[in-house]
Amino acid sequence: MIAVTKRYGFPAAHVLASRELSPEENEAIFGPCANPNGHGHNYGVEVTVTGPIDPDSGQVVPEATLDEIYQAAVAEPFSHRLLNDLEDFATRVPTAENIAVAIHGRLASAVRRSTRARLLRVRIVETPRNSCVVGEVK
Amino acid sequence: MDSQVRITRAIEFSSSLRYAHPDLDAAANRERFGAAASRHGHNYRLEVTLQGEPDPVTGMVANLADLKRLLEREIVQRFDHRDLNDDTPYFEKIPPTPENLAQVIYEILDAALPAGQLDSIRLHPDADLFVDVSAG
Repeated sequence: MIAVTKRYGFPAAHVLASRELSPEENEAIFGPCANPNGHGHNYGVEVTVTGPIDPDSGQVVPEATLDEIYQAAVAEPFSHRLLNDLEDFATRVPTAENIAVAIHGRLASAVRRSTRARLLRVRIVETPRNSCVVGEVK
Repeated sequence: MDSQVRITRAIEFSSSLRYAHPDLDAAANRERFGAAASRHGHNYRLEVTLQGEPDPVTGMVANLADLKRLLEREIVQRFDHRDLNDDTPYFEKIPPTPENLAQVIYEILDAALPAGQLDSIRLHPDADLFVDVSAG
């Protein structure tokens, strides 16, 4: 089996707070991440696809195609935004976990639509010390 | 309980390459592959993962000194400071994309190592891309 991983990234702001909780409860759970004015990260996004090597391109997905998919499905909606404003997080807190789930969902359908490969996993690197994976690890 | 242990050793090699399809002329190659149709180069990083159970006496899945020599012989001598298209026999019919090079390396190592010992390889052509190849 062959799997290709490309690293992308975007800067974005978020506030970790649930609308179902009081400010005090949010502060107790999320600590400084609940700051209502927000904070931000350079999110790393590692996209892994798998499939047969296409004989014409010699690649699982031509790199330019994967770049276009990432640009439209992730960079366009997520880069330089307050993530809490997005539809993806209307009812979910934009934690690394929920960001990974949302990006995995967007990329999985875009990869299915535009290529013969399939999305294996997405890894979100929120900081050099925090990361989160959605999908098949092996 | 899964007592399988995996151990990974990394090496680096530097090669030049260009993407070329044997049925295409220079202009058609450029149209298909863009900048990668021109000769360029990478510092490749290769991570080789072996699997097995630690030997009860040595505590090793594999002797890393032996693996180091094997990787030097099978990979570094074949690819380091070579041109992948002109100095190796693997890319006459297929372009040396990360996927194709990773597949070639996996097959070389799988043949050179004791049966069943190679778990997977990870090939990094640069800091933002890597290819994993495993059995199956």
